[in-house]
Amino acid sequence: MDGLAQQDGSAVSVPNVGEIMQQIAEHKGCGTSGGSGKASCGSGAGAGDLPTEIWEKVKNHPCYSEEAHHHYARMHVAVAPACNIQCNYCNRKYDCANESRPGVVSEKLSPEQAAKKVLAVASTIPQMTVLGIAGPGDPLANPEKTFKTFELIAKTAPDIKLCLSTNGLTLPDHVDTIAGFNVDHVTITINMVDPEIGAKIYPWVFYKHKRYTGVEAAKILTDRQMLGLEMLTERGILCKVNSVMIPGVNDKHLVEVNKAVKSRGAFLHNIMPLISAPEHGTVFGLTGQRGPSAQELKALQDSCEGEMNMMRHCRQCRADAVGLLGEDRSAEFTTDKIMAMEVNYDLESRKAYQAQVEEERIAKVVAKQEELSTLAGEMSDIKLLVAVATKGSGLINEHFGHAKEFQVYELSTAGAKFVGHRRVDLYCQGGFGDEDSLETVIRAINDCHAVFVAKIGGCPKGDLQKAGIDPVDQYAHEFIEKSAIAWFKAYLDKVNSGEIEHVVRGDAEIRQGALISAA
Amino acid sequence: MTLKIIASQCTSCSACEPECPNVAIREKNGTFIIDPKKCTECIGHYDVPQCAAVCPVDDTCVIDTSYPRYQPAV
Ligand code: SF4
Ligand code: SF4
Ligand code: SF4
Repeated sequence: MDGLAQQDGSAVSVPNVGEIMQQIAEHKGCGTSGGSGKASCGSGAGAGDLPTEIWEKVKNHPCYSEEAHHHYARMHVAVAPACNIQCNYCNRKYDCANESRPGVVSEKLSPEQAAKKVLAVASTIPQMTVLGIAGPGDPLANPEKTFKTFELIAKTAPDIKLCLSTNGLTLPDHVDTIAGFNVDHVTITINMVDPEIGAKIYPWVFYKHKRYTGVEAAKILTDRQMLGLEMLTERGILCKVNSVMIPGVNDKHLVEVNKAVKSRGAFLHNIMPLISAPEHGTVFGLTGQRGPSAQELKALQDSCEGEMNMMRHCRQCRADAVGLLGEDRSAEFTTDKIMAMEVNYDLESRKAYQAQVEEERIAKVVAKQEELSTLAGEMSDIKLLVAVATKGSGLINEHFGHAKEFQVYELSTAGAKFVGHRRVDLYCQGGFGDEDSLETVIRAINDCHAVFVAKIGGCPKGDLQKAGIDPVDQYAHEFIEKSAIAWFKAYLDKVNSGEIEHVVRGDAEIRQGALISAA
Repeated sequence: MTLKIIASQCTSCSACEPECPNVAIREKNGTFIIDPKKCTECIGHYDVPQCAAVCPVDDTCVIDTSYPRYQPAV
């Protein structure tokens, strides 16, 4: 697909913030290839037609595109345990369910401990470029702790981007402070714009020294969220919106939410599935409210995509996870270990490392462009999904049995488009070839025609084939998109020659439960 | 009189601490406690006890009946 043709040309002429936001959203595929696959200017890490400062803001941010997620890492620190609203999908014994997963407890840190941790991690993992403050709790219900942490980090590690996630209730009160700290982007969790629906999600909010309940509470919340969003985009701060998809409660309504936030300048919308196992003790968990299936989630994301860029790669990592992709190295950075560490923050070596990463990213885009050109002229309505086992860097470089997640790409004659990921949390754990866990993997990628891996054993290979999923290991250690396109071309050839018949596959399951490190 | 925090239910989220107009709440041994000498039930400050209104766990910040009612100074 020629992504540039899809770009909103009108966004170039007037330098108004809203339009620039749109432009970035359209543009995030440039030099990247994950995301929506919309733009594909092929110029690698270049700024293209974007104002340099904004491109600089977004290009290394793992939360903006799947592709950046392969090369850069973010970490969250839990310094803000208090919250000022109650969500039915959250049990505050555990982490906030917004940006992390319920059922997991993060280590609470003081701002000083958090700052030290960030420096320690950034010195060890040069890919670490983004610090977020998210759950448990609401960072803006704990403004002193949140801003103290930002202040300490901005002093020592000015190259680290700061971001925060909030429920938005007190956001309007803090917009100026946020702007003052040069916060790079703010995520607001917005699950509704209709208080009637909100009342089913939020039992109460604590606002201006009072507890409000029901529709009244939801009305306050949505008003404050919309105001906060407008104030931020007015000041040129990037805003991402997270929404939790709750079937039967707000699933259809999220299309409205999408319109409302887009019109107020949000540049990315992340729709996440509700996670609600009864053992998490959340209201939804206990009432048996189910989460969406993979197909339901994708259908909703697709229906919003015409409106604006969707973010499909969020893994809802545990809030204090550290590392790339599904990897979690937080065990190396416990409070005790950090406090004992000598930290030497070396800005120069971090820069050198990142320059090398940029080169890799360009090579990958070039490879994809070349392969894509071989698809030119192919005509077919076939669209299918494939799963990929990867450790990052945009390569097929993970062993089937070691994969904690699979990335899912949608293939068509337009190319390969990243549409999501499926967690399978170590099928290998129970011993290789463990039947039940293989079952889990198959259920998680049941909607895929093929799975690309670096290596796979004979047994699982046979079982996958039986389930109708083609295990592909011939592209081991090659670029994901280039390989997927090559495979797709061969697939089309076989369909055209009548060698195989194209069949549509069924739905897949979204794994419930917390993403806990394998370590 | 004063409010007290039922320690076994407290999640240590700290939400109550900054809301108290009398700085009566602090952390102790992993949970939060109210200093009965400082707590005024929020009388004279707010309509409802702030700690109880913000606490995510119902019936965790409750009236401690072992103390006499708080008498606002006249
Ligand atoms: S929680 Fe989501 S947005 Fe944040 S780092 Fe993980 S995947 Fe990215
Ligand atoms: S009732 Fe009011 S004064 Fe007493 S501890 Fe709670 S917040 Fe403080
Ligand atoms: S608000 Fe409630 S749960 Fe949180 S620290 Fe105070 S008493 Fe404990």
